[in-house]
Amino acid sequence: MAEKREAIWIARELSKCSGCRKCEIACSLFHENRIWPEASRIRVFMLVPGVDFPHFCVQCEDYPCVDACPVNALSVSRETGAVLVDVEACTACGSCIEACPGKVPHMHPNGKHILICDLCGGDPQCVKVCQEGGWNVLKKVSREDHAYKLYARTPEEVTRDLAVKLFGEKVEEFL
Amino acid sequence: MIRGYAGKFLEVNLSTGKISETRFDDELLRDYVGGRGLAAKILWDRLGKKWESIDPLGTENILLFLTGPLTGFFPGGRTCVSGKSPQSNGVIGSTVAGEFGVELKCAGYDGVIVLGKAEKPIYLFIKDSDAEIRDASHIWGKDAKQTVALLTKECREILKKRYPQKGEWKEPAILYIGPAGENMVRTAVVAAKWTHAAGYGGYGAVMGSKRLKAVVVKGTGPLPDVGDMEAVKRLMQAVCDNVYESELWRRWGTGSGGYEFAAKTSSEPVRNWQEEWHDRREFGVDQFENRFWVKQFWGDFGCPTTCLKIAVAKSGRFKGAITDNPDYEMQAYLGPNLGIFSPEDNVFLASLLDDLGLCGIQTGNVLGFVAELFQRGILSEKDLDGIKPVWGDAEAFAALARKIAFREGIGNILAEGTYRAALKIGKMKGVDVMPYAVQCKGIGVGAHGIRSGKDFVDIYGYACSVQGGDHTSVAALPLDDFRSELLMTFHDSAVYCYFNVFGFSRRTIFEFYKAVTGLDLTMEEWVNTKALRILQLQRAMLLLGGPDLKWNPKTHDDNPPRFYEPLPTGPFKGKTVEKTNVMNEVKRYYEAVGWDENGIPKTETLKKLGLEDVDKVLEKLR
Repeated sequence: MAEKREAIWIARELSKCSGCRKCEIACSLFHENRIWPEASRIRVFMLVPGVDFPHFCVQCEDYPCVDACPVNALSVSRETGAVLVDVEACTACGSCIEACPGKVPHMHPNGKHILICDLCGGDPQCVKVCQEGGWNVLKKVSREDHAYKLYARTPEEVTRDLAVKLFGEKVEEFL
Repeated sequence: MIRGYAGKFLEVNLSTGKISETRFDDELLRDYVGGRGLAAKILWDRLGKKWESIDPLGTENILLFLTGPLTGFFPGGRTCVSGKSPQSNGVIGSTVAGEFGVELKCAGYDGVIVLGKAEKPIYLFIKDSDAEIRDASHIWGKDAKQTVALLTKECREILKKRYPQKGEWKEPAILYIGPAGENMVRTAVVAAKWTHAAGYGGYGAVMGSKRLKAVVVKGTGPLPDVGDMEAVKRLMQAVCDNVYESELWRRWGTGSGGYEFAAKTSSEPVRNWQEEWHDRREFGVDQFENRFWVKQFWGDFGCPTTCLKIAVAKSGRFKGAITDNPDYEMQAYLGPNLGIFSPEDNVFLASLLDDLGLCGIQTGNVLGFVAELFQRGILSEKDLDGIKPVWGDAEAFAALARKIAFREGIGNILAEGTYRAALKIGKMKGVDVMPYAVQCKGIGVGAHGIRSGKDFVDIYGYACSVQGGDHTSVAALPLDDFRSELLMTFHDSAVYCYFNVFGFSRRTIFEFYKAVTGLDLTMEEWVNTKALRILQLQRAMLLLGGPDLKWNPKTHDDNPPRFYEPLPTGPFKGKTVEKTNVMNEVKRYYEAVGWDENGIPKTETLKKLGLEDVDKVLEKLR
């Protein structure tokens, strides 16, 4: 019998991200058995140098992507709370990207299906490597009744916030 | 096909606009690996016979952006930039950190070979197998931060338009030049992000000579197949575990050096190397960290060390200055070397040089040189367009740096780099100023002095290196020594960051090579055959030189004159290097690498390595 898992969340302290992209490496090795940054479910954006941060699913309380899928290819894992993609059913239409307030889902480079973080079934590899290296940007916590959806923001929005925090003034000219 | 390689190279002729693909056979890749080694081979094969007539800043030079088989796999991604160097007139394997090499391999290419010269400013945009030459006239003249911002925005918009279904596009990787490169300043860098640079060699000037503002790449494929994925994963973890055990570079990067290489080892340039010691605690890493670092760990693809830190001046007269650490070389060359002991001034100058696209080491070297000439009254305020480079005056050095980047007034002479500027100023003033030029074969020496004997460079380290003053490629014996340029050649040919190798068994590096490529290679075979072959090629091209300069081993396989002066201050006061000792060591090194008593590779050496064609060309030097 499968072990009953507790729903989890990956807490994130984005301004500490070193940009090492070990999370992308770990994610793509786990899911694709290759180093494949563009096929990673977690992606480090660096639209402004120094403003590196991981961008990945936050598991919104109301899961707008799941509702938006016209072919029911997305579902919510009862064990972990992750969004699961049925890659056979997915038609790569992109409706979930539009529905996501953070524009987090992105197409697999093979063009056949969408990529969304599945929390590695409850044992997220990205968290492991981030903790192991002492950056501690990512941390696995229990999923509680919080407004996680607040964290679903577009790369541009996150970049602007972090750039202000790091650099103060002058940020506009870098964007 | 050998594993770990994408299998093809993109070749772009900017004169004709022709874009094609080039492949090298397995045997060649087995021998020369990639990066620095492959650069030497490509340049020799294509330009060797007419090497002396090739102007590094002319249409005929070839500019190379090369990865290696270990790029992306060995933690700490880098890219090797090469070509005929406008500094040494030989070949430098100059590497720069960042994701460019990884993106390029994911796009399906092991490297980019750039020929010819564009009519107007352009940039190259590579998206997987689609590569195009695009207009860069709107970016030409822009500084580092503006260039990165404009290209990131423009290329993401192109990608979004072409692939609307994809979702949000991550930024592509960019290698670019600032104004200094555009103006063919010989101390210009090829830059990545805002602060990363391939500095040694002066390849920013080569990009500028080709009117190539940038190369932008987005690769959506995976890294190539490897020989043994399980072994690669195990070794990646082993490299990281080793790094995690040591604190120094993780915590401070090389930023603790600005104080320690002076106070502890007396090997830091102070006022153009007139001294190598100081005890200025206000230049300590704690003050950089506490006052300026907004990010404690910053790194590039797969790096466990993340030795970079981001420094921002949030107040004061240099408010708005942003750079990395600065690392030790920037601290030293844009700090004590200019009589500057203020972290704030240092952050400002490092940020400015980033913006201008100038190499902090080479430009810091030339700034120190000119300040000493001013100190000695050889150059006056009038000679320097009204600027007074008094030791410690950051604003004055900033003004000179701007003049260099735009080749204005005195800047036009200083833009030639320390050695060439020394020749010109000497002629102009009728004084020999070479004693104040702290360089080796056209390349300002790295910020690691040899007089105290306490740093890592031996007394013949710069003198015998095929990369001159480059502190990341010094001559050392025995040839398989950790510091030896033959091992450095491996890091720069397999192309990864050697900072992740410290404390790691040298042999394990070759295990890593095998796990990725599937090929057996022992350290002995590398050092005694393959690296030695690359060394001979680099040596041959360095000695052929031309057209404006030629090195004579008898006079130029030597230290800068300054290194024979006794240290005037500090715990190692009075210590210096004896010329006879240096000459003896140089001879010992010649023997070890198979060069004759005049420093020319011996026929016997070259034949043994299968370099008969090199032997034929070198005949005229014997």
